[in-house]
Amino acid sequence: MSGLTLNSVRKDFGSFTAVNDVQLSVPHGTFVCMLGPSGCGKTTLLRMIAGLDLPTSGEIRLDGEDITAVPTHKRNLGMVFQSLALFPHLTVGENIAYPLRIRGAPREEQKRRVDELLAMIHLPGYADRPVAKLSGGQRQRVAIARALTRSPKLFLLDEPLSALDAKLREAMQVELRQLQQQLGITTIVVTHDQREAMTMADTVVVMNQGEIRQAASPMEIYRRPADTFVADFIGSTNLIDMDTDSTGRAIVLGQAITGLSAPRGGKAILSVRPEDIHLTAPGSDGAITGTVTFVRDLGGTIETFIDCSGKPLIAVSTPRARPEVSVGQPVGVVLDPGVCVVLDK
Amino acid sequence: MRREAPQKLTDYAPLAFPAIMLTVFFVIPFGTMIAVSFFQRQQGGFYTPAFVFSNYERFASLFFANVLGFSLMLAILVAICCVAIGVPFTYLLTRMSRRAQIVWMVALLSVLSLSEVIIGFAWSTLFSRTAGITNLLVALGLMQKAVALSPGFPAVLTAMVYQALPYTILVLYPALVRLDPTLTEAARTLGASPLRAFFTVVVPALRTTILATLIMVFIFALGSYLLPQILGRPQHWTLSVLITDQAIYQSNMPFAAAMAVFLVLVTLAMVALTLFVGRKREAAA
Repeated sequence: MSGLTLNSVRKDFGSFTAVNDVQLSVPHGTFVCMLGPSGCGKTTLLRMIAGLDLPTSGEIRLDGEDITAVPTHKRNLGMVFQSLALFPHLTVGENIAYPLRIRGAPREEQKRRVDELLAMIHLPGYADRPVAKLSGGQRQRVAIARALTRSPKLFLLDEPLSALDAKLREAMQVELRQLQQQLGITTIVVTHDQREAMTMADTVVVMNQGEIRQAASPMEIYRRPADTFVADFIGSTNLIDMDTDSTGRAIVLGQAITGLSAPRGGKAILSVRPEDIHLTAPGSDGAITGTVTFVRDLGGTIETFIDCSGKPLIAVSTPRARPEVSVGQPVGVVLDPGVCVVLDK
Repeated sequence: MRREAPQKLTDYAPLAFPAIMLTVFFVIPFGTMIAVSFFQRQQGGFYTPAFVFSNYERFASLFFANVLGFSLMLAILVAICCVAIGVPFTYLLTRMSRRAQIVWMVALLSVLSLSEVIIGFAWSTLFSRTAGITNLLVALGLMQKAVALSPGFPAVLTAMVYQALPYTILVLYPALVRLDPTLTEAARTLGASPLRAFFTVVVPALRTTILATLIMVFIFALGSYLLPQILGRPQHWTLSVLITDQAIYQSNMPFAAAMAVFLVLVTLAMVALTLFVGRKREAAA
């Protein structure tokens, strides 16, 4: 099969298991974001794909070939490090030409490829500048270009944009995605920034404690999280305890919700996105009654903090659908069963 | 914090202490030595103030040219050997666990506590025919019979490298610790084998440090006067040995001082040349 396949990949550091039996298949040309809190094993997984760390057990295949024991320099991949790792003693052009130079490529070929890549990253004519004279964003681009010099089969990036300021980061996310689509290269990015993952990825892989919790498209991850960790980690959500009564109806915060499939074991967790909570007059049909504790008006969105018999909830609405609420007043909370997700407790 | 240029005279006060120390312990003794190098020697170990060049004129002989040439060659060779061993060693050392690094460092520092005399006699024993390492090789069946490895040039070189290596590693260590380990990893992902990555990334990135270390070891080795006497033949004696000989045994202070001044000048010239070449290559790169 073309693309990257991880088979029961595991990595132990002493008694600590950093990556635990990971199973993943990345089709050729896909953009994958590995997302998770720090220490979840995502960087270790990336380093194993790069060959910088060896798996304790398991197998890594690239285009059908077993590369588990192939040394890094024979894997034909490009990697962008969090520190960028640009060679300080070389100029921009020499950095980009490095993979060609050590292979002994002719000077004309090196120069042609450097010019090509500099044009691609929108830095034409920068070949002779020392790396130290570049801005953060420019260094970022040079690191990306250098990783792509050999037209690798696999493009790996470890928290590539974390050193940039917020505005530049957002712009680079779009640029990186466009570049990847233009080149059609299989790309894996490690990040802890979910906006980054949602912007760029075809597939988001959510990891926690060395395991893959869910691997799916960004919308799928957001709309149908596999468990409470994913629901809570991607975006913000309200996690509410859910129960069933004797007739099999779903009970949420003391209110029977029709149209919600009752959990099998009786108890479950309901995940409701803040934008899926509608606020009405208290006492409306099917509404849960709560008290407004705080209103945060951010201009573009309005966040309403509600206390429902001890359980805090957050509702987000747009200014157009501005809820008629004020702090300390009761409010009716309506959960749309169509967009709620029932998760195992 | 913004640093301002000193305004008043009192702003220069912190410089006073180092300036006094430098004057008392360096400028005055060195000035005295320069003065003595122009003095007239009297028979019987005394000298009278004068301004003669006769002490310097004695250098203009093939004998001194040979000794000077040998001294410089030995010091350069020691510096190159120390850096060639020290850079890979320190690089691997910085990649070890903290615990292993401490053990190695303590061992290296303990070598510094040995005096040149002890190092000299220890190596002369190790290189001897009766109790030396060749006996070990005979026992292992690698040699037919034990031989004496000292006196000789390899013995002098080995002992001097041994003596200078801890300094080399101590000077290289901070720079190598600060070196970003992802630089080597990046080189590997770009298709360089670990060995290639070391020579194309680690060594060039550290070229300023390596140059500074070469100069330091070179100067350190030039001053060595005991090891060549203990482990070498007379043709392996350096200018430092001759200076000691003139100053202490021949009581010819003016000539010893002239040689010392000359050695300092040659050393400075060599250092300047190295820095000049280094800077020129950096500009060309």
